[in-house]
Amino acid sequence: MHETTQRHLAFVDALREGLDQALEKDPRVIVIGEGVPDPKAIFNTTAGLLDKHGCSRVFDMPLAENGLTGICIGAALSGLRPVMVHQRIDFALLAMDQLINNAAKWHYMFDGKASVPLVVRMIVGRGWGQGPQHSQSLQAMFAQVPGIKVVMPTTAYDAKGMLIAAIEDDNPVLFIEHRWLHHVKDNVPEAYYRVPIGKARVLQEGSDVTIAAFSYMVFEALTAARALSSSMGIHVEVIDMRSVRPLDIATVLESVKKTGRLIVADTAFKTGGIAGELISQVAEQAFNALKAAPVRIASPDHPTPTSPFMAEHYYPSPQTIADAVIDLMGGSKNTDDYRKLSALMVRNGPHDVPNREFSGPF
Amino acid sequence: MQEIESDQLLYSMLRIRRVEEALADRYAEQEMRCPMHLCIGQEAIAVGMCVALSPDDKVFSNHRAHGHYLAKGGDLNAMVAELYGRATGCCGGRGGSMHLIDLDAGFMGATPIVGGTVPLAVGSAWAASLKRTNQVTVVFFGDGCFEEGVVHESLNFAALHKLPVIFVCENNDFSVYTHRNERQPDRPIYRIAEAHGMTAAFGDGNDVEEVLNISRGAIEKARTGMGPQFLEFRTYRWREHCGPDFDDHLNYRTVQEIEAGMNDCPIARYKTKLVLDNKDVEAEFARLEAAIHEEINDAFEVALSSRKPTTDDAWGKVYA
Repeated sequence: MHETTQRHLAFVDALREGLDQALEKDPRVIVIGEGVPDPKAIFNTTAGLLDKHGCSRVFDMPLAENGLTGICIGAALSGLRPVMVHQRIDFALLAMDQLINNAAKWHYMFDGKASVPLVVRMIVGRGWGQGPQHSQSLQAMFAQVPGIKVVMPTTAYDAKGMLIAAIEDDNPVLFIEHRWLHHVKDNVPEAYYRVPIGKARVLQEGSDVTIAAFSYMVFEALTAARALSSSMGIHVEVIDMRSVRPLDIATVLESVKKTGRLIVADTAFKTGGIAGELISQVAEQAFNALKAAPVRIASPDHPTPTSPFMAEHYYPSPQTIADAVIDLMGGSKNTDDYRKLSALMVRNGPHDVPNREFSGPF
Repeated sequence: MQEIESDQLLYSMLRIRRVEEALADRYAEQEMRCPMHLCIGQEAIAVGMCVALSPDDKVFSNHRAHGHYLAKGGDLNAMVAELYGRATGCCGGRGGSMHLIDLDAGFMGATPIVGGTVPLAVGSAWAASLKRTNQVTVVFFGDGCFEEGVVHESLNFAALHKLPVIFVCENNDFSVYTHRNERQPDRPIYRIAEAHGMTAAFGDGNDVEEVLNISRGAIEKARTGMGPQFLEFRTYRWREHCGPDFDDHLNYRTVQEIEAGMNDCPIARYKTKLVLDNKDVEAEFARLEAAIHEEINDAFEVALSSRKPTTDDAWGKVYA
């Protein structure tokens, strides 16, 4: 995708470029978060911004997530466009009151007289013992509330374009990043560009099974899809959902009408997740197009354990996805092709660090 | 103090009192179908502070917002229509009594989550500071709100960045039916704020001239870059926490305390003060009463003849 630009940038560098260009272009944009100007610069996504844009645009932050969210909302109501950053999405739970009672509702409850152009970046951790409170994937919890937009870009191209679109949006946008996508590269144009919020993207076309995936699970779904195609001749359509609210149901429906089979792969807990919501909407609107019961692939309904021994099989893998595809197709797992498939997806090295074998572009 | 100001103080307090009494009288008709928190007895704080502000200055408030809204110049018709759930209400009927807004008057919004608007006021002051405007932002809240963590997070940030914000704590001793003694240790609220690193003062919230004088000083300091100001005013809520009536039969406060509170009426006190200053108050008072009476009748008439929003209207404006 986007081959013409020929410039490979990692997700974090694309984010930094997007922030830098937004600060450059619009004097109303400010950036604040715990550690934004520190030496590690939020995994390098905010490096250099303070030096370039100055201390009245780029801020470190007291450890006061709820108060500072409210302060950013107040600034947004007063004509600024704050971008807030949480190094872990779990920290944003301290700000639920301000996000849900104020940011989400201000425009509605005051009859459209004011709006809250606020972006909150939240990073989902994984691996190396991130454990119960540093690796939750809470997109559905936020997306349940009308008035908020929730996006989860997968590619570096989308990271930059959707961050810019989020900053330009007049609504509160929660921008959820998966830590294991941060190093992945994609073709990223140097120009200032937007990727629209609320539009999924068909990343790979296929006729047999639709996999609608969110964030890092897109990465895993693509691995499964490539292996299924080369080893078993099964053609999977992989959709990168990109937005959690609004949810692009139309793109999924179009695909399911072609394939008749749906798997939704989510980074969150299974119960009450966005995967269930997506399947509900497909069942309501295109039940007759389905040849088999849709499948959710998600994290188990227990907190993430820290110990690598307990966490080894916690996350669904490309193998989990491929198995679900084969089951949906009514295929056998006792064949040479299946063994070939599994061999293609074997991961070398420890399970609790990102897979560096694929580093993009998509 | 100038003559014009005494008129203005008296008019503004009396207007809030009479508007709320009219709301209370009509509440039993069950046509205003929303919770309502009256500030009768507490008018002097809203008036003394707002009279000293410029029209460009900003105010945030809470669930007990009628007084702050009216004192800052919020449109009366839009407020009454809002309580009646009409399309012409200041929130188009989406908010009710606990959600008031009038941006033209600098009234940025009131909401009923205790502490919810305190950081917003700091954010407004932060924006004013970053944009180098001359505006001051005021937020009104109660003694119960001071127990919320978000208030202390807000005080910390305001002090850190020396923001032009004035925190006004209306201390009426009660959070619903629970006395402050059951919620806080015995120490002055304003001194805790002072320990956050800002100038703080305490005053008699039922003495409108004292509120005005303290407010003027605080506004001057906030406007000239001396950072956030914290003002605690003691006052007394006459009526029930929520609703149009008195709730003294619940016995959560003593008869003596209630009588003392109501004898400390800010309007009566100010009227007496003006008489002692040899002002011809009675004629002026009668003139103001008549004007306010007419204004209130008009507001109810406009509200009740306004369009009722529909369930279809409820789907709009979820996103900007």
